[in-house]
Amino acid sequence: MAVETVLKANNLKRYYDIKGGMFAKGGTVKALDGASFNLEAGKTLAVVGESGCGKSTLARLVTLIEKPTDGELVLGGFDIGSAHTAEEKRTLRQMVQIVFQDPYGSLNPRQKVSTILEEPLKINTSMSSAERRTEVLSMMSRVGLRPEQADRYPHMFSGGQRQRIAIARALMLRPKIVILDEPVSALDVSIQAQVLNLLTDLQEEMNLAYLFISHDLSVVRHIADDVLVMYLGQPVEHGSREEIFSNPQHPYTKALLSATPVADPSRKRERIKLVGELPSPLNPPSGCTFHPRCPLANERCKAEMPKLAPTSSAQVSCHAVAEGRS
Amino acid sequence: MSQVQNTLDQNETPQTEAPKTISPFRQQMREFWFYFSENKGAVAGLFFFLFVVLVAVFADIIAPHSPIEQYRDFILIPPAWQEGGNVEFLLGTDPVGRDLLSRLMHGARFSLYAGCIVIVISLSIGVMLGLSAGFFRGMYETIVMRVMDVILSIPSLLMALVLVAILGPGLRNAMIAISITYLPHYVRLARASAVAESARDYVTASRVAGAGTWRLMCITILPNCMAPLIVQASLSFSTAILDTAALGFLGMGAQPPASEWGTMLAEAREFILSAWWVVTFPGVAILLTVLSINLMGDGLRDALDPKMKRS
Amino acid sequence: MSLLEIRNLSVEFETAHGLFRAVDSVDLEIDQGEMAAIVGESGSGKSVSMLALMGLLPWTARITADRMNFDGKDLLTISQKERRKIIGKDISMIFQEPMTSLNPCFTVGYQIMEVIKEHLGGTRKELEARAIELLGLVGIPAPESRLRAFPHQMSGGMNQRVMIAMMIACNPRLLIADEPTTALDVTIQAQILELLQDLQHKRGMALVLITHDMGVVAETAEVVNVQYAGQQVERQNVVDLFAKPQHPYTYALLSALPERATGKRLPSIPGVVPGLLDRPTGCLFNPRCQFATDKCRSTPPALHSKVLCHYPLVDGKPTNNHPGVSGPGSSGQGSSGQGSSGQEALGGNV
Repeated sequence: MAVETVLKANNLKRYYDIKGGMFAKGGTVKALDGASFNLEAGKTLAVVGESGCGKSTLARLVTLIEKPTDGELVLGGFDIGSAHTAEEKRTLRQMVQIVFQDPYGSLNPRQKVSTILEEPLKINTSMSSAERRTEVLSMMSRVGLRPEQADRYPHMFSGGQRQRIAIARALMLRPKIVILDEPVSALDVSIQAQVLNLLTDLQEEMNLAYLFISHDLSVVRHIADDVLVMYLGQPVEHGSREEIFSNPQHPYTKALLSATPVADPSRKRERIKLVGELPSPLNPPSGCTFHPRCPLANERCKAEMPKLAPTSSAQVSCHAVAEGRS
Repeated sequence: MSQVQNTLDQNETPQTEAPKTISPFRQQMREFWFYFSENKGAVAGLFFFLFVVLVAVFADIIAPHSPIEQYRDFILIPPAWQEGGNVEFLLGTDPVGRDLLSRLMHGARFSLYAGCIVIVISLSIGVMLGLSAGFFRGMYETIVMRVMDVILSIPSLLMALVLVAILGPGLRNAMIAISITYLPHYVRLARASAVAESARDYVTASRVAGAGTWRLMCITILPNCMAPLIVQASLSFSTAILDTAALGFLGMGAQPPASEWGTMLAEAREFILSAWWVVTFPGVAILLTVLSINLMGDGLRDALDPKMKRS
Repeated sequence: MSLLEIRNLSVEFETAHGLFRAVDSVDLEIDQGEMAAIVGESGSGKSVSMLALMGLLPWTARITADRMNFDGKDLLTISQKERRKIIGKDISMIFQEPMTSLNPCFTVGYQIMEVIKEHLGGTRKELEARAIELLGLVGIPAPESRLRAFPHQMSGGMNQRVMIAMMIACNPRLLIADEPTTALDVTIQAQILELLQDLQHKRGMALVLITHDMGVVAETAEVVNVQYAGQQVERQNVVDLFAKPQHPYTYALLSALPERATGKRLPSIPGVVPGLLDRPTGCLFNPRCQFATDKCRSTPPALHSKVLCHYPLVDGKPTNNHPGVSGPGSSGQGSSGQGSSGQEALGGNV
């Protein structure tokens, strides 16, 4: 069976114009500045980076909440730029769904679980209410909830169960792509494992493609097939999980990996210390955006912006790696 | 503290999983009553208010006389327990010989009616304007909010007076005028909650599921904005009664011979010194009704506002 | 004599449903210059026990302890006034959310100087010099200019640094850090943890780190207390804890970490932490424990060499004449992963 590419992003960009206030100067925030990747059915692409790297903007673009400023986004063979009729837009929308980080804020507190779950069906299909009910109950049992829980309100559930409800809601329309926006980072370790297992099972069962957004590298290492590392709106390294974790190239990826705490006290290692903080996206540094914090930066890095280029392992956007300066 | 809260949250699951599953609505009502009944004043207010409602509803049956019938032989009779009083007219009669008690009972109708209509008009229009302003933002929001600011900057009674002067005196026009002066409170509240709620994840989730504007606004967001609005409504119910009475007193509200409490006060103005009962009883009626509604509103806020709840 | 000694600390809350025991006979002992970690999931009472020590719990809390000594003073019997002298000066605490822990209405400099003035006093000049020195110490670049910055003008990491500067202003002997890095990015987390360790070594400060992140514990702590549902279930030094966990809960918690997983499935712990109404009899962990026996379901275990379990584990297997000792790795672990998706839902009503 040939692999089906369900999501193709080509040089995706999203800029926000900041209005100048009475005292502040206006400007453009490049929240996402040129992301390109492919996602195949049944695979997981992890997008990794710190706050402000453009992960959430990417999620908003792929879920069609916002339109890209520039670039191409192809969902299951349809270019979103060419969808004009309501019918086409509906087809596209049904293909992507999202699960959020905070299970407490992502469920409407005034609606019963069954109402929450049947909403996507009510809007997008012409099912009768009995059919919808059957569908809701079968999805609930699939994510490990009991049928009698259908008529409860979200506040009666624990964090892990709420995340199951959110996952069930995302799957109601049988999407091909599910955006997982930090789905387990608000959960306790033992519950996190349960939810990760559920996600793995569902992926196998329904041949789902996951866009897994996370800052937790140990979770990413467990669940991802491919990894995209982002910094300040730009991809800095893109490769398979093995490439990224066993042979990281970009200095930022290296720093990120070494900063992630490992649950093994006997492993005492040298930490690559990153100096300083994330610069303001309103006023990014010239050249390579990482250069003020980079241990390998030189004059070229300050002046010229590097491009994602293939290396012996992953694709890397760094002058130092290209020149072999590391 | 938060951890305790957490564990309590989780506990609700097993509790409601008992075989005798209580419906969520009844559970909510039970919880509501638990918090409401802790405020003794609120409960007292509720009972007095229910009493007033009952009197208003059954005024035709329980009132001893007609509110407009003039007993020319019994002009300005003092209450029954005073010297010269008549058991026929328990609270005495007014300058044209109408039974005060009957008039008060019928007057309760006007007051409650005015309060209800004012709340319904200002709440529905205010919520519509506020919700849409908070949802669409931009120029529309600016215009709506600035108009509300203008309304707020004029003293409310003065504003109502001007409006009645334009529309013409009468109970109906008084109610419209008062509704307009109350509008900004609701618009502001609704807008603030709508802005806060529409940033929440569950709204985005609905949007991703394809919900349209109407559905997002009315089904997803609105129910989550209602608690502060209900509290505001219950509190302004009493001010609506007061303002209706004030307009009536100034001759701009209900017109004689309607037995509206404010109008009754106005008619009896010149007898304040000679016959205390003609002004005292309508005044006391207004006072007690407003007080009871305010107490009730306090309790409602305690019960509905999650910030006031204890763990 | 140790700097802080807590014996048999319990905290109970009065709730609408009766008395809730958030912390259940917890011990803690820490010496000058030591670093201890308290690990547990939400609802394990790890923050509550430290808030009880600080006297920061609401009035509904009932605190009992056999002993609560700090630096030779009995915190249970001293007056409120004397306690206030110790809290904030000798013991201080930093919290998870740096953005909400600082008052947004005042400048950073003002807030730091206020703390110093309260406890140590001094002229305005001295205060300012000390504030600048402290900001430099916690690694804030250009501290002179930052004095006049408001909290919202700085990033989360910077605010947490300011928070730390404030808390070490009076040279505390004990610093309690409650999830100090949970709200921060990974690279910033590394910086803050390093700063805390650095301060602890240089100033001989004792540090109690409250966290749920096993990775953070492994990299920083020396002694680890594992808490579950308000009870202290295991206490070991960090190397032994990670290599040879003795309590089934610790063992399961470590196996559930994605980085320790071998296959695609994680061995998860079924169910959730028990709350007020579903407290099991016997050992509190028994409904979720893969080694639980009838004894575990009926009798609460006693402390066996710092492990609260009838059958402490050796190499992931129970000892102490466990009736069903047959090799848990083969049967128990596999099934716990298998049924996990359905079991969490069921776990609620055990």
